[in-house]
Amino acid sequence: MTEKVLETTLEVLKEDAEGLLMEWIDQADEDGAKRSDLFSEREERDQAASMLRAFRLGVRDTSREGDFDLRDEHWADLRGILSEITHERVERGVLPGEMAALVLALKTPLFGRLTDKLVGQPDRLIEEVLIVSKAIDAFALYTNEVFIAEREQIIERQRDEMLELSTPVVELWDKVLTLPLIGTLDSMRAQEVMESLLQAIVERQAEVVIVDITGVKTVDTQVAQHLLRTAAAVRLMGARCIISGISPKIAQTMVELGVDVGEVRTRSSIKNALTDALTSVGVAIRPIERNQRSGA
Amino acid sequence: MNAAAIYAVEGVLLVSITSDITDSDIIELQEHLSNRIAESETRGVVVDISALEIVDTFVGRILAQLTAIARLLDAETYVVGMRPAVAMTLVELGMYLPDNHTALTLDHALEKIRSARSANGISRRA
Amino acid sequence: MAFPGGRKIATIELRTDRDVSRARSRVSDIMKSKGSRDLMITRFVTAVSEIARNAIIHGQGGRMSVFELPDARLIGVECVDEGQGIDDIELALGDGYSTRKNSLGRGLGGAKRLAKTFTITSAPGKGTVVRMIGMCTTR
Repeated sequence: MTEKVLETTLEVLKEDAEGLLMEWIDQADEDGAKRSDLFSEREERDQAASMLRAFRLGVRDTSREGDFDLRDEHWADLRGILSEITHERVERGVLPGEMAALVLALKTPLFGRLTDKLVGQPDRLIEEVLIVSKAIDAFALYTNEVFIAEREQIIERQRDEMLELSTPVVELWDKVLTLPLIGTLDSMRAQEVMESLLQAIVERQAEVVIVDITGVKTVDTQVAQHLLRTAAAVRLMGARCIISGISPKIAQTMVELGVDVGEVRTRSSIKNALTDALTSVGVAIRPIERNQRSGA
Repeated sequence: MNAAAIYAVEGVLLVSITSDITDSDIIELQEHLSNRIAESETRGVVVDISALEIVDTFVGRILAQLTAIARLLDAETYVVGMRPAVAMTLVELGMYLPDNHTALTLDHALEKIRSARSANGISRRA
Repeated sequence: MAFPGGRKIATIELRTDRDVSRARSRVSDIMKSKGSRDLMITRFVTAVSEIARNAIIHGQGGRMSVFELPDARLIGVECVDEGQGIDDIELALGDGYSTRKNSLGRGLGGAKRLAKTFTITSAPGKGTVVRMIGMCTTR
């Protein structure tokens, strides 16, 4: 056998690149892998064209080597382009299945052309189709891997952002801060919460802080310990800590768990905590006469 | 002793500790301060630790002891200026210094001592 | 080698309590130069202070070495003394234990809690070696 592996595929890619490209995009559209809502015709075309170009270069070098392996050096270009395009598509909200489907859609036009070219040579046709199929499958799988890696990065970044967002220390009044806790309170987050709270005490010269746990899902022994430690650290800094938002259920749990809040002040609602906090900095909230109200 | 200095301000003894204080300095301080409290009949002691990057178990223990000694001599002790990192580390060590009063700054501590005095109807010459 | 792949960057002789203070500021300076945050410095330097004091009071002095580690986010400290050693390490690490009255004995246990890793080897009459790794930076 004098013919090289994938020789016909290479021919097809060289001779009819433009036609193949058009048909590929049409096929992708048919398979529901085209996202005209996210990408313009031009962008879709450019992306597909650059993939096809890198594919051709890879095929050219594969035909000398024999077998197919995506990790080979001559697929480096295609790998790079695949991750680049996947990255771009993830950013705009393309689903992983759609990205894989886009790559897989190349099979239909390519196999059609191979069948035409290799009429009467079923052995060679099968051989080429097998290898090309294996290659395209591997590319589709690769985009999926890139996808997952991208997602993980996004998740990690969002988690960091969440941590920052979820510890907003708010100045309610001069010398009075509040920290509304929402969600779950694990050790790592408890540490962050404590750090930003203590830092805020120094920056704002706060005398009282209200840690409101209305939005905390569950209070187990560990969470209770975190809260008490936070209160202890606040006291060491020279400020007072009031824990508010203790629901009847949480109060029951804490008693059942044998959590001793010691000298930490607790209040059922943030309203009560606020009154308490303001009193201790010498401020009172008082109702005003009806005729003095504005915007009523 | 240069690692800690004691000043009398408004009838209050102000102790400022520098960052390179050694164990023997701080033991010396404890003795010195006890004498000063008794001599001056002071009712308030303010220990400024804002220069301290760390408070380990030894220093924490001395702070607790100072408070206990001062209380026996009828004076209340305020620890002021603790850094956030120090507070977090002490809590992690389980040292909550329950008997010490605390305040953000010297000014805050003086204000607290003043209002405690007037609440007790005690008035002193500044 | 105290720490695999580590490089010794400082040594502090521990003889008097002045040296404990010296060890603290040395480790603190090193961590600052590596861009550590205050909280990390305070945590680890507190642990350093505990083991340095322990070496002087219970170990009749010794030597502390500071190491750079292959993982640049970490810092290693080794403290070796030539004292009488510790009979029961478990006991010594427990909160509240001390062979001296008037000492709260939270030192070693506290250091263990503050360091990322903490190992202690000791035998009666053979001195004590404490190794700790601390976090310098998170990334």
